[in-house]
Amino acid sequence: MDAEISLRVDGESHRLTVDTRTTLLDALRERLGNTSPKKGCDHGQCGACTVLLDGQRSLICLALAVAHDGAEITTADGLAPAGELHPVQQAFLEQDAFQCGYCTPGQVCSAVGVLDEVARGWPSHVTEDLTGDVELSDAEVSERMSGNLCRCAAYENITPAVQQAGAR
Amino acid sequence: MKPFAYAHPGDVAEAVRDVAAEPNAVFLAGGTNLVDHLKLGIATPDLVVDVRTLTSREVTDLPDGGLRLGAASTNSEVAADRRVRERYPVLAQALLAGATGQLRNMATTGGNPLQRTRCVYFGDVTTPCNKREPGSGCSAVGGYTRYLAVLGVPAALPDPTAPETCIATHPSDMAVALAALDAQVQVLGPAGTRTIPFGELHRLVGDDPSTDTTLEHGELITSIDLPPLPAGTRSSYRKVRDRASYAYALVSVAAVVSGDDVRIALGGVAHKPWRATRAEELLRGRPLTDHAVRAAMDAELAGAQPQPGVGGGNGFKIPLAARTVVATLRELTSEATR
Amino acid sequence: MTDLLEPRAIGQSLVRRDGEQKVRGTATYAFETPVEHPAYAHPVQATIARGRVTAMDTAAAQALDGVLAVLTPFTAERLASVEDAEYAVLQSPDVAFRGQLIGVVVAETSEVARQAADAIAVTYAEQPHDSELRTDRPDLYAPEQVNAGHPTDVVDGDVEAAMRSAEVTVDHTYQTQMLHNNPIEPHATVALWEPGADVPLTLWDSTQGVHPDRAAVSEVFGLDEEQVRVVCPYVGGGFGSKGNPHANVMLTTMAARALPGRPVKLALTRQQMFFLTGYRTPTIQRMQLAADHRGRLQAIAIDVVEQTSKVKEFAEQTGVPTRMMYASPNRRSTHRLAPLDVPIPSWMRAPGECPGMFGPEVALDELAVELGIDPVRLRIVNEPEVDPDTGKPWSSRHLVECLRDGAHRFDWDSRGPGRRREGDWFVGCGVASSVYPTMRQATSTATVRHSNGRYTVEIGAADLGTGAWTILPQIAADALDADVADVEVRIGDTRYPTASVAGGSSGTNTWGSAIVQAAREFRGKYGADPRDGDEASGDVDQASPNEDHAAYAFGAQFAEVRVHADTGEIRLPRLLGVFACGRIINPRTARSQLIGGMTMGMSMALHENSVFDTRIGQVANHDLAEYHISVNADVQQIEAHWLDEHDPYVNVMGAKGIGEIGITGTAAAVVNAVHHATGVRVRSLPVTLDKLLPGLP
Repeated sequence: MDAEISLRVDGESHRLTVDTRTTLLDALRERLGNTSPKKGCDHGQCGACTVLLDGQRSLICLALAVAHDGAEITTADGLAPAGELHPVQQAFLEQDAFQCGYCTPGQVCSAVGVLDEVARGWPSHVTEDLTGDVELSDAEVSERMSGNLCRCAAYENITPAVQQAGAR
Repeated sequence: MKPFAYAHPGDVAEAVRDVAAEPNAVFLAGGTNLVDHLKLGIATPDLVVDVRTLTSREVTDLPDGGLRLGAASTNSEVAADRRVRERYPVLAQALLAGATGQLRNMATTGGNPLQRTRCVYFGDVTTPCNKREPGSGCSAVGGYTRYLAVLGVPAALPDPTAPETCIATHPSDMAVALAALDAQVQVLGPAGTRTIPFGELHRLVGDDPSTDTTLEHGELITSIDLPPLPAGTRSSYRKVRDRASYAYALVSVAAVVSGDDVRIALGGVAHKPWRATRAEELLRGRPLTDHAVRAAMDAELAGAQPQPGVGGGNGFKIPLAARTVVATLRELTSEATR
Repeated sequence: MTDLLEPRAIGQSLVRRDGEQKVRGTATYAFETPVEHPAYAHPVQATIARGRVTAMDTAAAQALDGVLAVLTPFTAERLASVEDAEYAVLQSPDVAFRGQLIGVVVAETSEVARQAADAIAVTYAEQPHDSELRTDRPDLYAPEQVNAGHPTDVVDGDVEAAMRSAEVTVDHTYQTQMLHNNPIEPHATVALWEPGADVPLTLWDSTQGVHPDRAAVSEVFGLDEEQVRVVCPYVGGGFGSKGNPHANVMLTTMAARALPGRPVKLALTRQQMFFLTGYRTPTIQRMQLAADHRGRLQAIAIDVVEQTSKVKEFAEQTGVPTRMMYASPNRRSTHRLAPLDVPIPSWMRAPGECPGMFGPEVALDELAVELGIDPVRLRIVNEPEVDPDTGKPWSSRHLVECLRDGAHRFDWDSRGPGRRREGDWFVGCGVASSVYPTMRQATSTATVRHSNGRYTVEIGAADLGTGAWTILPQIAADALDADVADVEVRIGDTRYPTASVAGGSSGTNTWGSAIVQAAREFRGKYGADPRDGDEASGDVDQASPNEDHAAYAFGAQFAEVRVHADTGEIRLPRLLGVFACGRIINPRTARSQLIGGMTMGMSMALHENSVFDTRIGQVANHDLAEYHISVNADVQQIEAHWLDEHDPYVNVMGAKGIGEIGITGTAAAVVNAVHHATGVRVRSLPVTLDKLLPGLP
């Protein structure tokens, strides 16, 4: 069954027809040709499809497109204009926080979300004092970035990259 | 994935009517469990009714001093709420121990407790499963039982061919905390509203593994209420898992200590969040020494049934549950005396 | 002996050339290739572990709107070659393992393709299957050779006699688990079949080698290699699983041939990858060590039992590192395979060395405990002067220096006698050695072309995250005596000269040697001032061979482990490796390779486990929620260091492979640290809390 929806992706508006079964991830990758968010598991188990969905980091492999009519999506490719890089992307480059690059756009979007969540004072599993302020320690970054699997295992570099971007 | 119709009604009443009218209809909220199951062919609805934007997304104060969590509030928002963090740390900790930042931004208060078991055989439509396909048998018995139940199951190796056999666990961390907090579930259904004590929301397997909860078809959770806690109450959630993050519980413990009263709920060990009522009774009014807690947990776990299976079985959960409760209560009481 | 290239670009920590595209997500991986009007394919898999498909009712699938083709063993084209049973997809209704491909649906959308595949009703004649690896199986057999061409058994001296007479012995059995490569980019292919075209078949495939991929596909479909083009500029990880094509590549090609002119896309689901894309066999290793009271080995033996699939043999060379690591007068290493009704095992990062550095390195720790000798010292006293396996001198071997340097950096000497408690945690430290052979493949060619002051180097190499896009220009620049900014390297396409697979940590050695040859040819022909269009090529086989020396990279890994006294939870606050792996071309990417390998080794030690349900013949936990790979929170501090090693024998760059050594020995270091922390000796991986609880107070 088909449905017509509109999406705003990386600042551009689209009107498109999707199957009710189509996920936002497949809508982007297979309908709109935006392959910045990746499909690693298709079940919310790896984080490669992380984008900012209406401002919050989300896994769009688990989001039905039809249920997000009118949504605003920012992928890693939409974080900075062509030829420029977002501070998180620049930090990933400098820290060599990736190898194969497949999980990277999801890591980058997740990191942008993490920095925003920390700025809003959201606690995490490793926050010692739930009633206090949140400090961006390495343990906080690692815990918060744990929804993004990296099989090349660049974690040791991802954490400082997020710290570097967060310090700006 | 089977095709389905999608509806996004104007309000909750209409949503309830839509689902009630169609026997094979389901509600959709955050989608983190349902969409997963649609893809795997575990959920095969004809109609999906989207309620994500219909119920309240607010956390509000109740007149009795408790808190009301709107069904559409996300796990992230509830965990970040100052009132939850200060008054119900066990809930904030349970939420933050669950899933990942991205998933918590999507998953909702109403949806999280209704997520279904992560038993690998339930998740694989090529294997028999009484929960997924009533009467087909239970593949989990003697199989991969590491994340499966030891409490509320009839034997160490129940009959895998019997239609009532199921050794699934409930995977939600949030639900374990809500069980310990004696939360109240506000429900709207075709027959109107009702309140379900959280402990009665989930079922043990009984003779029907396919049904996880006591909700009727068409009933929608509209909010979950947290009752007020006595002054000086301390609570915490301890999750033991195979990875440091992003893993289901092997065993988890929600503990709430108010004066002489101690409430203990266990996750990862049963078909529902398991209130350790026997241990609670034994500990009421007694000093929570390691020795006393250990003895109380031994009594609680006396009926536990280790499930052997490939990869070593799950008998370790029995000592692990006891040890984790001891450690959790030790930390709670040492905090109090600090 | 070779005069090494004078390093100018080599040794610089250049940022990855493909980095900007990767952090934006605009690097195109196979499935993402923009093609006109693609169709989507979804496979059908067998749900029995052994038997025969008797019928497939495809009517419901074919009736669905948007279905373009349905192929089954009863309707699919007959392949030109079925010699490799893995590639003989849909050629017979026989089912050799659960999850085997038995059909494919092609449709206008991915949703319809999947729905139609689910709608196919399959009936089977099922036969009993046997998928249990045990050492007492009567059908264990000795393969003709093991992976990488090593002999199956090597016996030197009399181990049993030494075991009887030695002052101290260790005799234990160790087990490594079944592991799945699980690159985050699923195995994916886009295939386009255009019968009238000069190159009728184009594959955009996720592969570690476009040329080996092309060779396999050409043979299976009876095409000349010139009739096939394989393109793969970026690979989303592989770790060996994309080292040779798997059945999904043949299936996608077959689907495309059923729909001429229409590009067909197929990405395996994560779940399907647990059946179809290879895995590391579980191994059972009986270790025997005999030593004198000073720890000098009198005998070392490893007898390995591991599995293969019945339909296609893969024999992991698990016993091979034991042949060369330590000096001992009496030595034995054997391999026996259990032929099972299981998916086909294959390469996974450091096949042989990875599992094969578990049993021996834990056994050495047990020996050290037995003798009361420091485990670092025990390794040092058994340092061989020449390769015990071949008798050849080492091209370079600095294991002892790695151990000493690592012990110093790690503050090993302060580790104490064991079972130290800090608050709620037991703390301990462990060590193990690492090793990986330095390999060069036989074929690879590079061309160098000049235009406008810039040089273009072409070679069909692959970068699966290793850094080839970045380091090959560094090598070319130094070989050409040019500025690295003026060198462009193009890889990942069979239009470029033939290159070997990115496997066996051989890429830099092989492709780099070919590039240096090409650069020298170029300078020889055209001098320092070439004209536009000047071009030369070079082959790896022109590079001086290293036949007189045994060439390996070595390393030492140190792990600190904390075990929770109540729950048995295991944390790894620190992992430190020191490696002697020749000259480092690019420290930035090299460090990533080493820490990546070490982290994957930690993941193997603590988390990963494909739990095989022998009742039904499949991995029970076949997705990424249940198959745990380490997450960011599991990693606290992982350090990789290297010695400044000069090796004039391995190649003109002086470089050894570094992609795999990091994963070798790690699991043993962790297990040894767990023993030091708790007194519990875990001999089967992974180390999980349930194995420690019985030993905790």
